[in-house]
Amino acid sequence: MSLHLEADVLIIGGGLAGCWAAVAAARAGAEVVLADKGYCGTSGVTATAGPNHWWVPPDPEKRAQAVRDRDARALGLADPRWMARIIDTTWRTLPTLADYYRHSVTAGGVPHYQSLRGPEYLRALRRYAEASGVRILDHSPALELLLHADGSVAGARGLRRQGEGGNWTVRAAGVVVATGGCAFLSKLLGSRTNTGDGHLMAAEAGARLSGMEFSTYHTVAERHSTQTRSASYAFADYFDADGRQIDTGGNPDVTLPLARALLAGPVYATLARMPADLRAILPQIQPAILLPFQRQGIDPFTQRFPITLHGEGTVRGTGGLRLVDDDCQTDVPGLYAAGDAATRELIAGATSGGGAQNSAWAVSSGTWSGQAAARLASARGRRAHQGVEAAGGAGLRPTAGALKDAAALTRHLTEGVRAEMLPYDKILFRRGPVLAQSLATLDGLWRDARDRLAPGPDATARVRAREAAALVACARWSTATALARGETRGLHRREDAPGLNPDLAHRLLSGGLDTVWVRADGPAQRSPARRSNVA
Amino acid sequence: MIELVVDDRCTRCDTCVQVCPTNVFERGTDGLPLIARQEDCQTCFLCELYCQADALYVAPNCDEPVAVDAASIMASGLLGQFRRDSGWNEWEGDPAHANLHWRMGELFARARAG
Repeated sequence: MSLHLEADVLIIGGGLAGCWAAVAAARAGAEVVLADKGYCGTSGVTATAGPNHWWVPPDPEKRAQAVRDRDARALGLADPRWMARIIDTTWRTLPTLADYYRHSVTAGGVPHYQSLRGPEYLRALRRYAEASGVRILDHSPALELLLHADGSVAGARGLRRQGEGGNWTVRAAGVVVATGGCAFLSKLLGSRTNTGDGHLMAAEAGARLSGMEFSTYHTVAERHSTQTRSASYAFADYFDADGRQIDTGGNPDVTLPLARALLAGPVYATLARMPADLRAILPQIQPAILLPFQRQGIDPFTQRFPITLHGEGTVRGTGGLRLVDDDCQTDVPGLYAAGDAATRELIAGATSGGGAQNSAWAVSSGTWSGQAAARLASARGRRAHQGVEAAGGAGLRPTAGALKDAAALTRHLTEGVRAEMLPYDKILFRRGPVLAQSLATLDGLWRDARDRLAPGPDATARVRAREAAALVACARWSTATALARGETRGLHRREDAPGLNPDLAHRLLSGGLDTVWVRADGPAQRSPARRSNVA
Repeated sequence: MIELVVDDRCTRCDTCVQVCPTNVFERGTDGLPLIARQEDCQTCFLCELYCQADALYVAPNCDEPVAVDAASIMASGLLGQFRRDSGWNEWEGDPAHANLHWRMGELFARARAG
């Protein structure tokens, strides 16, 4: 069974940004279809987390100060005007969820809008989207974009993994890519589906990326567990196998000392410094963090337990699709990027947007892109009866004939990407020659994917093949950009080039499929100096 | 990863099949959910949260499957813990399980203060 739909706006991805985009487009009067790779409501890294949002009251001086403080840490690559925009849009937008989320009311009787528990937040957003008239296709991964002859986006095509199965095609005037960051199949909580599918689909349609070198953020979790809970681990002390405490330098970012220690041997932690009153209510703050401990008979407050660091790739890194205007449009006309699929250098520069800033970005970029796509549909119409071309390549249409064993090639590609993108010594302690070797390996994987990777016999195999191609593509852009940035700036650290190089105080664009390229995005690329002019 | 579906408790409601973000389950011919693609499980525990029959058990190991003993898990009181601690369904409105997520910032602040 094939499903053919027409809509004004198609949203690809039903996590935080995708839901807000769908709601914004629908409330602007558009007919909206949202296609999620998994289930809209549990999909995406936010559904497993507990996001705060960048939350600054509409006091011009407070907002100007918040922007100045953040810009000072962004190492020259952020844009104060975009920061002011997301602060304002987040402040206006987040309270509109109040009918669907039971906000806590703080002492002064004010609803606490900015900090939400992930599963409840995404469940609420699904209800909000449904109530706004959005048609949701669950378990319906997009595989490729459709393009008009003039190069603008015409819709997308994918498949349905449940129910009747088969393919889906949605023709739409505007398409929002909200497929999240690429976590390179690390075990980061909630990131299994974050394989860079949207990056690949957009690049095949002609989009460029930016900031892909900023893909090195890591988070602590109990070894073999996914529970990356920064707030609880703020109380952690760390020890090596001999019981010696690891000096984390009093810095809240423990990644580098822990990575060095993990490269040398096992590392243990205890949460003994957490005060008793907080321990007592921890299940009500973060209900999931204690599950792995209790299921293994570990008391994290009195015992030491082994830990690991999970790489986040571009999730809490900052790289992603480059945006060309305030509507979050990509280089492809009619194709917008929202949330972690887009570059967050605009708000975070060379540093991580962390939780609060990235969540505000998802709300805001989702809202803007959804509204813009709705406007585009009303201005240009759906053009649903014009001929289109499918843009997908690797993993869909092998250029040199399909290998019989698609599953084996898919495994080879994904394991190859993991071997280059997850080891701490390759990612956190980058060196030019090692990056060059990684890039050569990844280029070889790309040729395998392009030439021989076929869709496979069933829906699962088709999705995995396409994921594998996307992982290889994202790994190449990330590695090539890391090689080109011969300095240490923010998240990007080069052991062979410590310190900032003033000649590299600009963003780096990347792109290309058969041949990956990297080039400067022009000096500074900041908006004209209109700091803190909050609308 | 997901390790156990307790058949005696399962009401064959299909919710886990529907809500799993990585499409791990399939409805079996008897209506019970099968763990069809365990290797795709991301150990997020959300299937447990949505299972009102408390019939699912996710082992905390995200790297490899582990053997679990159904009887001891049934006796452990762990089934349904996440749903209860989250204050969902019949626990909604119970002050003992009120959502205190808004106090998360306090964790960071007090950790910094030492």
